[in-house]
Amino acid sequence: MEAPLAQNNRQLELTTSPHQHSRWSTRRVMWTVVLALLPCAAAGLFFFGIRQALVILVAIAFANGAEFGAQRLRNRPISLNDGSATLTGMLLALTLPPDFSLTPTAIGAMIAIWLGKHVFGGLGHNIFNPALVGRAFLQAAFPVAMTTWSVPRMAVDTVTSATPLAAAKFENVRSELLPMLLGNIGGCIGETSALAIFLGGGFLILVGIVHWRIPAGVIGGTVVFSGLLWLANPGIYPSPVYQVLGGGLLFGAFFMASDWVTSPITTRGMWIFGLGIGLIVVFIRTAGSLPEGVMYSILLMNALVPLINRFTRPRVFGG
Amino acid sequence: MKPTNFSGGIHPPRMKELTADCPFEVMLAPEQVVLPLSQHLGDQARLLIKKGDHVSRGMMIAAAAGMISAPIHTPVSGKVLNLRRHSSSSGFPIEAIPIQTDPHSNETSFMQPLSQAELTPELIRERVAQAGIVGQGGAGFPTAVKLVPPTSHQKPIELMILNGCECEPYLTRDYRFMLERPEDLLSGLQLMMKTVHCKRAVMVIEDNKPLAIQKMRQVVAPESNIEVRILKSRYPQGAEKMLVQATTGRRVPPGKLPFHLGILVVNVATAISIHDAVFQGLPAISAAITVSGRGIRRPANLIVPVGSSIRAVLEYCGGLNEDAARVVAGGPMMGIAQYDLNAPVLKTTSGILVLTSKEVPREKETACLKCGHCVKSCPMGLTPTLLVRLLQTHQMEKVAHSAISQCMECGSCAYTCPAHIPLVQWLRFGKRWAAQKHRITATNEYKR
Repeated sequence: MEAPLAQNNRQLELTTSPHQHSRWSTRRVMWTVVLALLPCAAAGLFFFGIRQALVILVAIAFANGAEFGAQRLRNRPISLNDGSATLTGMLLALTLPPDFSLTPTAIGAMIAIWLGKHVFGGLGHNIFNPALVGRAFLQAAFPVAMTTWSVPRMAVDTVTSATPLAAAKFENVRSELLPMLLGNIGGCIGETSALAIFLGGGFLILVGIVHWRIPAGVIGGTVVFSGLLWLANPGIYPSPVYQVLGGGLLFGAFFMASDWVTSPITTRGMWIFGLGIGLIVVFIRTAGSLPEGVMYSILLMNALVPLINRFTRPRVFGG
Repeated sequence: MKPTNFSGGIHPPRMKELTADCPFEVMLAPEQVVLPLSQHLGDQARLLIKKGDHVSRGMMIAAAAGMISAPIHTPVSGKVLNLRRHSSSSGFPIEAIPIQTDPHSNETSFMQPLSQAELTPELIRERVAQAGIVGQGGAGFPTAVKLVPPTSHQKPIELMILNGCECEPYLTRDYRFMLERPEDLLSGLQLMMKTVHCKRAVMVIEDNKPLAIQKMRQVVAPESNIEVRILKSRYPQGAEKMLVQATTGRRVPPGKLPFHLGILVVNVATAISIHDAVFQGLPAISAAITVSGRGIRRPANLIVPVGSSIRAVLEYCGGLNEDAARVVAGGPMMGIAQYDLNAPVLKTTSGILVLTSKEVPREKETACLKCGHCVKSCPMGLTPTLLVRLLQTHQMEKVAHSAISQCMECGSCAYTCPAHIPLVQWLRFGKRWAAQKHRITATNEYKR
């Protein structure tokens, strides 16, 4: 029998404890989220046509290009394989209106990576959700294009307004709920199908990437605050279910608010964060001039996250 | 008070199946044993022998020196070699005495077993001290010092917790003791209870050990003051403070010990050693260890003479596999990676793991993603990512005022960190720094 220790010590690894690790890594997490977004992307292609794939691909390509350029400029190792830029590009694309022009898409992706991430110091250091920073820029720079909606291929709605939220706000007309669940309504590429979002988002919760408290807080907050209004005057205000299924709320709750870097690290903080988003969403949708407010709500709450982290630290054991 | 589960912790893969069904094997002494003079917390033992002396198995070769110390005994008969500095499993070189084994000698110098009449608290405790028994849960605190009964000014010991959790993956030593020697375990526990006048004991076992639970329940059934309690399997359930919370609901405050709450926590292997010392006159000359991991040819549970080299143990188990990458003394979560296989097995060694690179996935470290997993998994309620960031940005004043000293280096945070940041390494650095700073501050104040 071989006696492998008869010779000198072979090379042994020498690192500190622990000597076991969970299978997750930054890379694996990012790519898993990209995977979880595929149902939404598929729904977008299904309801709005194959051209949406171009929007998604352009966003991803330019996000990666921007990341490459920024890392080169900052003398940092190139880390495109960690999937972070791809994820940002994909998220941005899914929040754009269908058939959005490709040039503004590219610009938005680059802004997202540079102003949303690298200007803060790169991965892990940004305060605002990068995809939403890109989208906010596009909203300001291309306001008309950002609110021009395509009609879904199998539209059954007879409402004239392009999205259920706009219909409710400007015409006081309600869409049917089933199309809002399935996805053949007007809206952004990835946000119309609640079903696809639940599929991908639920998966992320199960594998421990999305902390369930955040979407629960966002949805719960929306339900509570819109519910109060609806109970007061159901004629004017849409029902909580309508608010949750309409617009980018679900997409924002599961895929944007839950972004690790820009959300709280404590469980109590996550509740405050989620409920805060819900409150601001209802506020903007109701009192603001826009029919939709998820993007701004998340960005505003992002700004409060460092403060939330500071004041919700857990108590030391026995202290 | 109602028992409560601690918050945090992790569920690493248990890997116990590699050795759970392996009964203890006794490994014969190798050609030479190297006995470090410090295998315990506290002062180094004082050498009683010199080069050229002849010793017999069980003889005391170094005496306890100081209030917190323990004697060292030789597990072999043979000739004493020169005292020297030797590598050790802690990574630091230590003073140790090598003894050349005489394989033909049958001489022993064991103590006389205590008679029924001699089973008084004082004599039991004296025997524990003479036998050099130290806590085998990992810390190596001299057990005789731990079993000093509280003074009239201190809280009496109301509860003794026998720790059968063995929450570290791979290790099955305590588990095998529960299956193979449950009566001796009970006996050791009762001896300890006697020394500190404790009337009640709870034995805690994690729910992943149903056979052990069954065995211990049977053995403990006639005792009205001892019960077996099952705890949900989670790492680090076996940590002292977690156990106290799980059994009594009380949290040991920072800076205090369970002793201050009238509770003592003891390890299964320690109880067995005490039984053997009292009823067989055996001093602490053997270490019961688990040799496991996918990198060792033949995983096993062994009784090994203290001072045997790690190399000798690994050879006994068939040697390393092709893909062995790391040798760890202890469990995978808190054990120490070894660079020199000549380091000796100590009284406090609980396991030797040979891990393959598949078992220890290593990825590049990235920036902190603020995921919050470390915060969620920390059983002590710390915020590892924040503390580490303070250290990385040299905000040492804030570190000094933080609760970093509460960190028990359990490894839960680093285990879950997706960014593969070496959190425990940073926290260790911060703890040492903060402790040193407090010592310097305290000394300066005293001088003033």
